[in-house]
Amino acid sequence: MTAVLASSTTADPRRRPPLEVSFSRLGRSFGTSSDRRVVLRDVTVDIRPGEVLAILGTSGCGKSTLLRAAAGLDTPDAGSVLIDGTEVRGIDERCAVAFQEPRLLPWHTLQANVAIGLPKSSSASAGKAKVAELLKLVGLDRFAKHRPREVSGGMAQRASLARALARTPGVLLLDEPFGALDALTRLKMQDLLLEIHAAQPTTVLLVTHDVDEALQLADRILVLGSSGDGPGSTVKDLIPVPGARPRDRSSRELAELRRNLLALLGVAAH
Amino acid sequence: MTAPTTPAAVPARSRSRGTGTGRRVRTTLLGLIVPALLLGAWQVSSATGAFTAVQLPPPGAVAAAGAELLERGELGVHLGISTQRVLLGFAAGGALGLTAGAVLGLSRTADALLGPTIGAVRAVPSLAWVPLLILWIGINEDSKVTLILIGAFFPVFTTVSLALRHVDRNLVEAGRAFGLTGLRLLTTVQLPAIIPAVFSGLRLALAQSWLFLVAAELIAASMGLGWLLSDSQNNGRVDRIFLAIVLLAVLGKTTDALLGLAQRWAVRRWA
Repeated sequence: MTAVLASSTTADPRRRPPLEVSFSRLGRSFGTSSDRRVVLRDVTVDIRPGEVLAILGTSGCGKSTLLRAAAGLDTPDAGSVLIDGTEVRGIDERCAVAFQEPRLLPWHTLQANVAIGLPKSSSASAGKAKVAELLKLVGLDRFAKHRPREVSGGMAQRASLARALARTPGVLLLDEPFGALDALTRLKMQDLLLEIHAAQPTTVLLVTHDVDEALQLADRILVLGSSGDGPGSTVKDLIPVPGARPRDRSSRELAELRRNLLALLGVAAH
Repeated sequence: MTAPTTPAAVPARSRSRGTGTGRRVRTTLLGLIVPALLLGAWQVSSATGAFTAVQLPPPGAVAAAGAELLERGELGVHLGISTQRVLLGFAAGGALGLTAGAVLGLSRTADALLGPTIGAVRAVPSLAWVPLLILWIGINEDSKVTLILIGAFFPVFTTVSLALRHVDRNLVEAGRAFGLTGLRLLTTVQLPAIIPAVFSGLRLALAQSWLFLVAAELIAASMGLGWLLSDSQNNGRVDRIFLAIVLLAVLGKTTDALLGLAQRWAVRRWA
C-alpha cells in the first residue's frame, strides 16, 4: 500500500494544492415567505489549506446544507463561500463531493464510474492511468469491471471516494460518507481516508454525526447548532483536536473531549 | 461480471438463464396454440359451408391468392414498400419524439410553453391529417412517411418526457457535482436511467406506425398492403383482403418481437 501511495503523489504533477475555504456570514433559509425556516445563520469559519475539518451536529441542523454551499450544489441566500479567495458560484471544479450514498451509475462498471470524476481537461490515456491508480489506492483494482450492484456497500462507497479523488480536488467534501456503513467497515474507511489524506494532501470538509469519527479524523471540529437567540444553526464551537493522526481511539484526552462534544450536542454523559 | 461477490450470485444467474431459454420456447409454443386453433376453425367453417366463399374464403384460397401475387412479383413490392414506409416513419418519428420528450421532460419552461399545444395536436385523429398532408406535400412517399412519423412521434414523446421527470434526483445531482451539464448529463445519466421507458415508448410507436401506414395507403397509394386492401375491396377479392390482413398482423408482430429482443438486451445492459 505504501508503494502505491508514494507513486500516486508523484504521478500527477498537475494536481491541485490544498485550498483554503472560508465561509463568511453564510445564511440559508428554505420555504416560502409565509412559511420560512431558517437553517443556517451567520456561519463564519476559515478552514486552512490541507486541514481536515469535521462538521458535527444533530440531524437536520444544516451540516449538509453547509457542505452543499461549498460544492456549489446550493446557493446561500446570505453571505458567501470563498475557495482560495474566489467566491463559489455554481458547481466548482476545485471541489469534489462524496455523498452518504455511493450514487454510482448502476449501468457502468466501477472503473467507468470513477472515470466520471476525471476533470474535463484530462486526456484519455492519462485519465485511464489515473482511474487504475485510484482503484488500486482504494483497494478495488480487482473489481474494476464489476457493476455497483455486484459489490458490497463499503466497496461502492470506496468507489465513490475514488471518483471524488479523480477530480484531483483542492477541497474534498464528504457528506457523511461512512454513515451508512457497518461499524467495522466504517473504521477501515476512516483509516483509508487518513492514508489518502497523507498521500494526496487536500483540504477536507467532513460532515458527520459520529463524535468518534470526528475525533479520529479531524484537525478541528466545527460544532453546528442553535446558539444565542436567533433561529437556525450557527457555529456553536470550533474545537482543535489534540494529537497527531492516527490517534489512539481509547486515549484519555480524547475521552474528555468526547464528553464535551456530546454535551454540546445535547447528549448526557453517563 | 467475471468474479461474483457472493458465491450464490453466479450459480443463481446461470440457472435462471438456463431455464429462461426453455421457458421462452414454451411461451412461444403456448402463444401459437390459439392462432392454430383459429386457423383450424376457419378451415372447418368454410369447408362445412357455414359461410359462403365470398364471406369467408377458405385458408387454402387465401394462400393461393398470396402465391399468385408472389408469382407475379406484386406481393414483394407491396410488402417491401409498406415495410419501408413504416421503418422510415418510425425512425424519424421516434427520433423526433425522443428529442422533444427530452426537451419538455427536462425544461419546465419548455413544458409549460409547448406542452398544451403538443397535447392538442396529439388529439387529432390520424385520418384528419390525410387531406392536409396531400395538400401540402402531395400524393407521394413523403406524405405517407410523414403521416407515419406523426403516429410514431407521440408514444415516444409521452413516455420519454414523463420518465425524465422521475429519474433518481440523487444520481442527477451526483452527475452535476462532477461537472456534467446539458447534453452530457442527458446522455450520461438521464437517458440511460430511462432506457426501459424509452423502449416501451418505441414499441407503442411501432404498433402505431403500422396503424397509420394503413390509413396512409388506403387513401392515396398505388401499392402497399393498405392499397391491396382497398383495391381488393373494389374488386370483390375477399381472399386478397384476408391475405392483406394476415400479412399486416404477421409483419406487425414480427417487427414488435424484434424490437422486444433489442429491448431485452438494452434493459439488461442499462438496468
